[in-house]
Amino acid sequence: MSRSLLSIEELGEVGVRRILDLADTMAEVNRRPNPKVPALRNKTVCSVFFEDSTRTRLSFETAAKRLSADTMTFAVSQSSLSKGESLRDTVESIGAMGVDAFVVRHRSAGAPWLIDSWMQASVVNAGDGWHAHPTQGLLDAYTVRTALNRPGGFDGLRVVMVGDIKHSRVARSTTAAFEALGAAVTWVAPTTLLPPAIDDSTRSSSDDLDAVLADGVDVVYLLRMQKERMTEALVPHLREYTMRFGLTPERAQRLEPQTLVMHPGPMNRGVEIAVDPAELQGAVITQQVTNGIAVRMAVLFDVLSPDADQEALS
Amino acid sequence: MTKRVLSPEDVRRAITRMAHEIVERNQGLDDVALVGVQTGGVWLAAALGAEIARIDADSCVPVGSIDASLYRDDIGIRPVSPAAVSELNADVEGARIVLVDDVLFTGRTVLAAMDALSDYGRPMAIQLAVMVDRGHRELPIRPDFVGKNLPTSTDENVAATPDGVTIT
Repeated sequence: MSRSLLSIEELGEVGVRRILDLADTMAEVNRRPNPKVPALRNKTVCSVFFEDSTRTRLSFETAAKRLSADTMTFAVSQSSLSKGESLRDTVESIGAMGVDAFVVRHRSAGAPWLIDSWMQASVVNAGDGWHAHPTQGLLDAYTVRTALNRPGGFDGLRVVMVGDIKHSRVARSTTAAFEALGAAVTWVAPTTLLPPAIDDSTRSSSDDLDAVLADGVDVVYLLRMQKERMTEALVPHLREYTMRFGLTPERAQRLEPQTLVMHPGPMNRGVEIAVDPAELQGAVITQQVTNGIAVRMAVLFDVLSPDADQEALS
Repeated sequence: MTKRVLSPEDVRRAITRMAHEIVERNQGLDDVALVGVQTGGVWLAAALGAEIARIDADSCVPVGSIDASLYRDDIGIRPVSPAAVSELNADVEGARIVLVDDVLFTGRTVLAAMDALSDYGRPMAIQLAVMVDRGHRELPIRPDFVGKNLPTSTDENVAATPDGVTIT
């Protein structure tokens, strides 16, 4: 039975820790002059992206290549989906070419679960709708873990996540990863951009960023603010959004210098981040991108290795 | 049932002898580096390094470690999980590397460790030091420095630590 990575929730705390420990090993590989190991040399990884994302796809493909796996790419624009083929037929015909792992992005929440139920191969969710983006959650957790040197966990760590929580799969997966390791996450957004119901009573939310920052915070996580939200009348104006929820120079000055500033990219400069991150001592936005490769190497290696519980390594 | 084969004192004596053998074989200790195989060989590499420093106070033999799990030939056949991060401070290029492990069995770990080493550079030579050689080799690999030759059956487990060597 193949293993898949579909969500942080299914991975659980033990799984998150296992991947992050593995990522340390992969990061060491990436620091070498020849950053490549033969670990997955007989495996084929196919990225199937039904929604555009050059950077996530490149990150996964780089990760696969550094583990010596063969890579294939399926881009929707060149595909037979436009000729009317169903998702199942498309994926099964790619699978028939001999694929060990699918990296799937789809605009519909749940699509990776469907594909996983059809296929023998492993499936890695690279983003489904507003729902989940588990490798982003893992690379964010790994970035905090290395930047703050907290391999033991995030107990007592205060994270504030600001922006369009409602439409963000990054918000959900990154929050789940942080919370799995013990951090306290506060969601800050205009009420129109918060999920309609927050069932988890341990997580707080607010529409007053300055009040939350005044309480003290270790990590500020900014989400991308999309211009469409303005035409949908969810925020009155992006300038007002920046004034109330953006990281302005004035707010940046009030942060403790060691406060981490994170962003999943691509950044809307002048909207959610109105300072140059290069001038922020605690900005780890480029580290997030770099760590993404090590974390995705860890994920691919993990799903393509037999279950470690079955037999202890002698 | 656990059977003790070497006492802590025996292990200590074996380390002293192996350290002397390493010094004797590598006259001058130039370009010699000890590399413990993660995780079992790391303590032995450190102990050998300390002993060599005691024997020859002028020597400066670096001690590192290497994780070979990503180079194993049995990935996909059985669970393989990297246990620790490699730390190689010495320059592998042109060095005489003494690879150190606790127990030598099939030889597959040593093969993986040599593959891993070669990704850091081209050593002038690789030598192998193990606390226990328990036989049953599946590859043409033979140790240069041995603490104890121990005939075993394949279904037994051998553990070698500073606290002694046991068979289970």
